[in-house]
Amino acid sequence: MTSRKNVKFKFDKLKSETAEIDGLEVSIGKLIREKWDEPYGPTPSPSLATLREWDLKLLKRYKPFYLPYCDVCCLCTMGKCDLTAGKRGACGLDICAQQSRIVLIACCMGAATHIGHARHLVEHLIEKYGRDSPIDVGRSVGVDIEAPVTRLVYGEKPETLGDLEEVLDYVEKQVTQLLASTHTGQEGDNLDFESKVFHAGMIDQVGMEIADLAQISVYGFPKADPEAPLVELGIGVIDTTKPTILVIGHNVPPSVEIINYMEESGLSDSIEVAGICCTSIDATRYNPKAKIVGPISWQLRFIRSGMADVIVVDEQCIRTDVAIEAQKTMTPVIATAEKNCLGLPNRTNDPVDEIVKDLVEGKAHGALIFDPDKVGEVAVRTATLLAPKRKKFKVIPEISEILEGASKCAQCRFAPCMRACPNNLPIREAMEQAAKGDLEGLSNLYEVCIGCVRCESACTNDLPIHNYIVGASIKKMMEEKYKIRSGRGPIQDVEIRKVGGPIVLGEIPGVIALVGCANYPKGGNEVAEIAEEFAKRRFIVTTSGCSAMSIGMYRDEDGRNLYEVYPGEFDAGGIVNVGSCVANPHIAGAAIKIASIFARRKLRGNYEEIADYIHNRVGAVGIAWGAITQKAASIASGFWRLGIPVIVGPHGSKYRRMLLGRKDRKEDWYVYDARTGEKVFVGPCPEHLFYTAETKEEAMVMAAKLCMRPNDTARGRMIKLAHYIDLHKRFYKVMPDDIHLFVRTETDLPITMKEEIKKILAEKGWKENIIPDPTLLPRMVHTKEEKSDE
Amino acid sequence: MSNEPWQIGEIAGPKKALIITKPSVVVGMVKKAKRTLMVVGHQTAEIDLGEENAIDYMIKIADRFKIPIVATANAVSEFVERNYPISWMSAMDIGNRLQDPEWEGLDGKGQYDLVLFIGIPYYMEWTILSGLKHTAPNLKTISLDRYYHPHASWSFSNIKIDEWVTYLKTIIGQIEEKA
Ligand code: SF4
Ligand code: SF4
Ligand code: SF4
Repeated sequence: MTSRKNVKFKFDKLKSETAEIDGLEVSIGKLIREKWDEPYGPTPSPSLATLREWDLKLLKRYKPFYLPYCDVCCLCTMGKCDLTAGKRGACGLDICAQQSRIVLIACCMGAATHIGHARHLVEHLIEKYGRDSPIDVGRSVGVDIEAPVTRLVYGEKPETLGDLEEVLDYVEKQVTQLLASTHTGQEGDNLDFESKVFHAGMIDQVGMEIADLAQISVYGFPKADPEAPLVELGIGVIDTTKPTILVIGHNVPPSVEIINYMEESGLSDSIEVAGICCTSIDATRYNPKAKIVGPISWQLRFIRSGMADVIVVDEQCIRTDVAIEAQKTMTPVIATAEKNCLGLPNRTNDPVDEIVKDLVEGKAHGALIFDPDKVGEVAVRTATLLAPKRKKFKVIPEISEILEGASKCAQCRFAPCMRACPNNLPIREAMEQAAKGDLEGLSNLYEVCIGCVRCESACTNDLPIHNYIVGASIKKMMEEKYKIRSGRGPIQDVEIRKVGGPIVLGEIPGVIALVGCANYPKGGNEVAEIAEEFAKRRFIVTTSGCSAMSIGMYRDEDGRNLYEVYPGEFDAGGIVNVGSCVANPHIAGAAIKIASIFARRKLRGNYEEIADYIHNRVGAVGIAWGAITQKAASIASGFWRLGIPVIVGPHGSKYRRMLLGRKDRKEDWYVYDARTGEKVFVGPCPEHLFYTAETKEEAMVMAAKLCMRPNDTARGRMIKLAHYIDLHKRFYKVMPDDIHLFVRTETDLPITMKEEIKKILAEKGWKENIIPDPTLLPRMVHTKEEKSDE
Repeated sequence: MSNEPWQIGEIAGPKKALIITKPSVVVGMVKKAKRTLMVVGHQTAEIDLGEENAIDYMIKIADRFKIPIVATANAVSEFVERNYPISWMSAMDIGNRLQDPEWEGLDGKGQYDLVLFIGIPYYMEWTILSGLKHTAPNLKTISLDRYYHPHASWSFSNIKIDEWVTYLKTIIGQIEEKA
């Protein structure tokens, strides 16, 4: 069988006038060797406008509310253009289109970053393990749909590493085309930009999926394993008496080769490998002995603590001043990615001995090495030799220095430190207190500080404020000893079979996906509290990346770690860590597999139908409480196109626009009943597609509400309503004012609140309605012939 | 310092809020407006002003001028506990409705022409005010926070708490404004 673009011939016997050949096989170009006989759906490998109609349907309901970050556009030399309140720029663009364009640029950056990461990883793995290395992310536990997103979007089933290259060709082309549409004088309509934003998100999901499939398959990460090992997390778990290598970033091959070299040299027990951000999660997926320091916001405090003897960075979410910061503690930095060279000299072709000597003797403060094997050897040997010399030299001050420094604080009237702090933390007050000998104020900032050091840049007296915060909290910091479940990878098909029904019927009240970075308004505990709340309520909680770490860095009332209390199964009451950022598609993939495995909808190139199914039936909600990056934006947009709502924390309002439904506009909330073709009012389910919550309490109330779907059975809706009402009453101390919009029949009413709600319904003039077989697609209405077939 | 945004990097653009130098500006605008609304965010409850909380000041302002209140997020519970009648909606939802000329308002009588904002986290209130500046050109917005909010139509500058309390008390009518 051949794929669409490539040709393969196979002859059992070829006879010509001059020769006779047995078993000749010729491949031209790359090829996906398919053993998938499902017919193609309508949209395999969609281009920019293929799914535009679907996008516009969603955008009609969830209109953008623009929140411009600034009033001008400065993207070309005709600018800066003032776009305030309806003015148009020199090219004709208005503020709405400009905001959508910026969102698209951000999502292209995010998608390109994951796809670039995937390409780098796949090329490396092919070089090392061969093009025919099989894709296997859990075949032995029955994961038959290994690549739900790729199958859905691209329409093929990858079987080997080589097959992944072809999928990457497709997604790279899409990102290039999308980016081209942001050029001056291209796309001009805000909604068309938004549709392209969705496209970028969808493409991004494919790119992430490719990266994780490749690394799970080849490196032997946990394969759909609900009991993936519990690994150590927190600064306190690192044995700083040993030489320590810190890895930062997202692309794991250098970390893998560090671990391999340690094993080969019998040094596994004498060196510590600890990581920050997703590379560390993936290092623990490779070897559970690796340790995780913490999320992205823990970078500077750890670097400045001097505990790392060598820092190895790969790509993404790394402080761009890492080389400068590392010099302060005399820690050499090894950069490993072409995307992130940090101004270091390229030593890829130099002998290892020379590089190690230069780093150990301080002749070089860093090196750029593109070969992961060489990185492994250089990092390990350098750490071993350098550790006794460095003696963990740190720049975190002693208490006496903090007290002295604080006394130099000028108590500036307009506190530039506070005004620079993203969270407006009361730094000036804390310094005043410290100047009087009390460090409690500074110490209180430790958990809520995101480690950005903008305060230090802004301080009129050049005080190292962040160092003071960390120094005042050193005991706390060294006591950070936690556990996190290493990323399990995909959800098993058998798990989907088990929960598909209860989710679609509403009996499992929802899937809450806590994903994204660590720009939290009030510290990482909020993410853990959200996870705990929903796990207790027997939702399915999934997580990844820095959010998964924040969940680990928390103890419940009884002092227990949530990963030890709640199982890693994709089932009611589970807390399911899928892995690093590129593991996020396993969450979307679970929703897709519900449509495909449970509901037997066709998967292959059938995006619109599957998205329509998910939007109307699968009560999933993403929460990116500390979302920072462009990758987080594109990850969110991948969920939007599938019709899955995403909530961000208050800093997420800076993503420049929300996609908000209007529950007061009844006309927006009709679906087709696939059984009859009639239009039926289903209430605002789900009410929003992209939403900023002001507080964690608001996020919880909204998340519970956004889990409602038109397809919920009466029993399912009853359960979902009960959670929504309960959380609303707990946090707002009052009944919700919109219950009538979610009640279809009296059987939807939670039994214990029946009479109370009935009164409200009467006041609101509520009328009973039917529960349809919901779809937004007229073509999904069953024809008469189909019905007589049934 | 007068018209610098509180958070240093939040530089707005060509159109910036006018500074409220006297509380009578607020009083005058509210009196002139046909339909005024007050949006109270959760941080309002966190501001301790001695014997009272900033929520109590908002209630007094709302009472004096008969302004309906929309409480956002956890601010809702503060009003419920005080048994004070309010509507509730999230900050994003009320922002979104305020930019729709067709919105019926809380009472079915149509869109507002003046909105007072307070107590949403600075950077989030900033983005909502920006949204309204751009997409609701007929709406006037006033920030009652003690920080300069460049995207509002009118805002206090960055002022100290005691100065702010004096301003709020003057708006309520508890103290005479100095000439
Ligand atoms: S891209 Fe358009 S709006 Fe932006 S600066 Fe150029 S002309 Fe002005
Ligand atoms: S390092 Fe911490 S205290 Fe300093 S500005 Fe950043 S978040 Fe605020
Ligand atoms: S900017 Fe520096 S000197 Fe001024 S109040 Fe803040 S910490 Fe003190």
